[in-house]
Amino acid sequence: MTMKLSRKEVEHVAFLSRLALNEREAEEFTRQFNQMFEQFEKLNELDTSQVEPTAHVLQMQNILRQDSVRASLPVDEVLANAPDREDGYFSVPRIME
Amino acid sequence: MIMEYEVVIGMEIHAQLLTKSKLFCGCSTEFGAEPNSQCCPICLGFPGSLPMMNRKAVDHIITTALALNCTVARESIFARKNYFYPDLPKAYQISQDDQPLGEKGYLDIMDSSRRIRIRRIHLEEDAGKLVHTEGEPFSLVDYNRGGASLMEIVTEPDIRSAEEAAAYITELRSILRYIGVCDGNMEEGSLRCEPNISLRLRGAKEFGVKVELKNINSIRAVQRGVAYEVERQSQILNEGGTVIQETRRWDEANGVTISMRSKEEAHDYRYFPEADLVRVVVDNAWLNRMAAALPELPQARRERFIAAYGLPAYDAGVLTESKEIGDFFDKVAAISHDYKAVSNWIMGELMRLLNETGQSLEQTHMTPEVLAEIIALVDKGAINLKSAKEVFEESFRTGKAPSKIVADRGMTQISDEAALSGIIEDVIAANSKVAEDFQAGKEAALGFLVGQVMKETRGQANPAIVNKLLREKL
Ligand SMILES: [Zn+2]
Repeated sequence: MTMKLSRKEVEHVAFLSRLALNEREAEEFTRQFNQMFEQFEKLNELDTSQVEPTAHVLQMQNILRQDSVRASLPVDEVLANAPDREDGYFSVPRIME
Repeated sequence: MIMEYEVVIGMEIHAQLLTKSKLFCGCSTEFGAEPNSQCCPICLGFPGSLPMMNRKAVDHIITTALALNCTVARESIFARKNYFYPDLPKAYQISQDDQPLGEKGYLDIMDSSRRIRIRRIHLEEDAGKLVHTEGEPFSLVDYNRGGASLMEIVTEPDIRSAEEAAAYITELRSILRYIGVCDGNMEEGSLRCEPNISLRLRGAKEFGVKVELKNINSIRAVQRGVAYEVERQSQILNEGGTVIQETRRWDEANGVTISMRSKEEAHDYRYFPEADLVRVVVDNAWLNRMAAALPELPQARRERFIAAYGLPAYDAGVLTESKEIGDFFDKVAAISHDYKAVSNWIMGELMRLLNETGQSLEQTHMTPEVLAEIIALVDKGAINLKSAKEVFEESFRTGKAPSKIVADRGMTQISDEAALSGIIEDVIAANSKVAEDFQAGKEAALGFLVGQVMKETRGQANPAIVNKLLREKL
């Protein structure tokens, strides 16, 4: 099997998604990703040169709303799932700028 | 050896759109509310919530695209821009990648001598606000701004100097205010600009390494920040060094740019179509409606003010910077045809008082009719300019009619030669030495005598007539 996606790329994607992979998982996902790529190779055999790219499966368009204000959640509910809070703010590990 | 470099600048701006509610939910966008009090399951990205697009935000983008000579996409789609950062509750930002709403426009600056091409204009949601406290091990997040409608406007790398960068932002801000899509407040961050700056040897085809500038909170900061960065980069290059591609923060207080040392992580946003939103189709009717509602833009108005009113280019520039002032000029000019006088009053007294009181024109009592009346009173010699300024200020503050102020304060100018004659003779008699000086050829002595007459008449004498009579009598 030719590898479409290297293990390094899988680790990079995992990092971007903030997922910590152990040795076994990194191997496993690399193998699975490559299997998926193979499936797509199969689909690529179809000639789609005359088909417009599909951005959405629904044919609907312009689902828009009026610019009007509706009530927001009470601050306590907004913060209910926060791991940590401080004076009405979400508190997160310090971000260096 | 000092090499000659060409400065290459591209500008990315983010403008908060003037909508009452956020882009995908009904939460209010009002500035200055309690932290996290304007949030809901949609803008917090709770599972199961679905975004629904604000029509007004799309209207604003179409209007801007038209004002900046862009092609409006007849079919536009939205995309997820993926990245982890605490200001983004969903870990992706709904934005546009392919098929942005506006493309391939331009904006002319520096009296139309320079054309800056616009690459794209798109609609996206804003992020929350991070608050860092010195010495604390945590950062605080306020999501009130998260999910608000934001417009991104990107230029081609056509800007060639700090002056042009400042001129571009000045003109763009003016347009955004004219068309009412953004309040243009750079201090509060409703208009944010990020120039990217690189240098290359004059004549070179390849671009140099670019540095992006952040934290620019005023037009002055655009000019200073870019100028500093140009200087810094040319110094590095002249010493044989290489510029590092990075983001730098403008430090206003110290007048320098500082490396932000963000993590070495190439932007890898993995854009893909946002399946929660269907495409936006702009048909002819929608486009025409937006085009018809477009007001006269600053540049067209400047040209009209010069051509129709014979104003100097400088006046036309000052008067058209804000739509409100330009509208006011037009209204006064419809009544009073002494256009240069109208311009002088607006640029002088009106702007002075607006600055002093911090009010907008509509918050004051000044009206086109009042200014036209004051100009007419001066023109027919009923009051002198000094009194007119006092009348202007009182009308501005209280709304009292100029003619009433003139009558109540006894300001009527004395232009009657017979009435002035006696006073002038008294002044000459009391200052015979000065009068002799004048007769001996000392022109400056006349000014003193005019001053004495003005003093005697508590400033109400018509200076031109006093001058004339003094010369006759001497
Ligand atoms: Zn919301």
